[in-house]
Amino acid sequence: MSLITEPNFHEPGKRYFRDFSPGDDFYQLLIDTHRDLSESQSAMLNAKLILILANHVGDISVLREAMQIARQSTDAH
Amino acid sequence: MHQAYRYQSFPFVAPPELSSGEVAHHPLIVIGCGPAGLAAAIDARQHGIPVLLLDDDDTVSVGSRGLCYAKRTLEILDRLGCGDSVVAKGVGWDVGRTFFREEEVFNFNLRPQTGSKRPGMVNLQQYYLEEYMVKRALDVGVQIRWKHEVTAVSPHDDHVALTVSTPEGSYQIKADWLIVADGARSPVRAMLGLDVEGKVFMDRFLIADVIMKADFPAERWFWFDPPFHPNQSVLLHREADDVYRIDFQLGWDANPEEEKKPERVIPRIKAMLGDEREFSLEWVSVYTFQCRRMRDFRHGRCLFAGDAAHQVSPFGARGANSGIQDADNLIWKLKLVMDGRAPLRLLDSYTDERGFGADENILNSTRSTDFITPKGPVSQTFRNAVLALSRSLPFARKLVNSGRLSVPSFLTDSVLNTPDSEPFTGDMVPGAPMDDAPLLKDGQLVWLIDQMIGQFQLLYFCEDASAVSVGMQRQLLGLHETSIPITTLVIAQRGSTPGLNVLLDHEGLAFSRYDATDGTCYVIRPDQHVAARWRETEVSRIVAAVARATANFVEE
Repeated sequence: MSLITEPNFHEPGKRYFRDFSPGDDFYQLLIDTHRDLSESQSAMLNAKLILILANHVGDISVLREAMQIARQSTDAH
Repeated sequence: MHQAYRYQSFPFVAPPELSSGEVAHHPLIVIGCGPAGLAAAIDARQHGIPVLLLDDDDTVSVGSRGLCYAKRTLEILDRLGCGDSVVAKGVGWDVGRTFFREEEVFNFNLRPQTGSKRPGMVNLQQYYLEEYMVKRALDVGVQIRWKHEVTAVSPHDDHVALTVSTPEGSYQIKADWLIVADGARSPVRAMLGLDVEGKVFMDRFLIADVIMKADFPAERWFWFDPPFHPNQSVLLHREADDVYRIDFQLGWDANPEEEKKPERVIPRIKAMLGDEREFSLEWVSVYTFQCRRMRDFRHGRCLFAGDAAHQVSPFGARGANSGIQDADNLIWKLKLVMDGRAPLRLLDSYTDERGFGADENILNSTRSTDFITPKGPVSQTFRNAVLALSRSLPFARKLVNSGRLSVPSFLTDSVLNTPDSEPFTGDMVPGAPMDDAPLLKDGQLVWLIDQMIGQFQLLYFCEDASAVSVGMQRQLLGLHETSIPITTLVIAQRGSTPGLNVLLDHEGLAFSRYDATDGTCYVIRPDQHVAARWRETEVSRIVAAVARATANFVEE
């Protein structure tokens, strides 16, 4: 399996009539999860989230690809 | 200022009540001559209801204000008889460009679905929309009274009494029904002591209508954190008559009075245009906004519509668009109730369905607002990361939210729907706003949406119209004779049937969009939403579905 970069958000049992809705559902959830946290708490939450999701993905070749993309586009600035 | 558009002043005419002192009684009074009130008034007239429309002002909207009109709104305006003027004067666009700091990160093409009469979006200043709607309202016999301000409202079980103040004195008047469309600050809502719930966003925006000769294409340009306006967002839209609309995010601490001064506005625009281009200011305003709604849009015989009932942030063009959809949802129901052909509870579905629409609009515009103006450092970091990734990764582009443009609601949870009993694919589920399709009628190209006549209709799909049995023909024609008439449109791949209205699906788009097979039928509501559908056409089920869609039948 290789890294998915096409829109891929969805929720079982939920029907979407607009293509932006699943992504917007995710983004709101993400921002809401950080609500009322301090900056250092948010940084800690993000780190935990990455670890949990990385374990869920599992495939290290996929994670390596994701890390490379994130790093390259950050180096550029 | 005000060079692009000459504001007509509508004359005040002293009403007969001022001299006679009589208290006239009207079936329907509409308060507010904005898009929602005008749409309600025109629709009611088209249903044969006499309408008195009161407005406290004497002209159309000052400044561009409502700007983008969506496909669904254009379809409703077509039904109301003003779609062509709006589309002819408006500026169609489908490309949107998104910039982050110095560069364009991506662009999108709305690519209006081919095989529909109307495009995805048309830009037009609100004053033109209102001008065309006022003209249409007068043509269909709406009685408009300008400079008539409602100063007191007294609701009763069987009528509503109003006190109206005019430049020549005040008078009393009564109505069976009152539609309140007097805007976001709704004086009538305040007089009735009704609440509107929600939140105010701590941000301010400067809007400028600028006249210039420019060769910018008709596109929507949105900047996040541009060099000419750091840490804020800017939106550029093309309007009719060489007018451009520019929205600058200012932040909560901005002083509205200072920011409106030309000496403040002009340098901002110059920095943005980046050259010595000639332009002049047409209109400038500073706004803040709220997302809130009334819990119930009906209070006895008072029905609230448009901004009076619900408000959203301007991102996504969901203000005037939703006000017009309110009228579209309300008037056919009100007509049936006024005629005694449907019970009062049909009007409760107006709150349910348009309240759902309002919630959806508030959700989408709140999400856009949270993306455009992140509330803290972590939100800002995520926002900027999405924008940075959007250059190369398709999933990130989908997350960029500079406004989710107005689209109609799928009323899938409405009690007026008859649930599916057979499998169908595609989006035309009960509650869906119906899809358009090109068809042939007597060899001429027509649009399905233009065949809808503001009443219940049955779409009867068949392969060969010549093969429709005499028994079926009689049954379909019989549907027109029921207490709530149902008119049949036959959509066929070939053939004809004398006595029935047959449309040929020459491109096959109607069959595919409705996932139709030979014998499939759809019940369509007067507001063009799907009420029910089956693979086989049976009169008793159709009559029951219309009874349900008019609240005449409630399951035990």
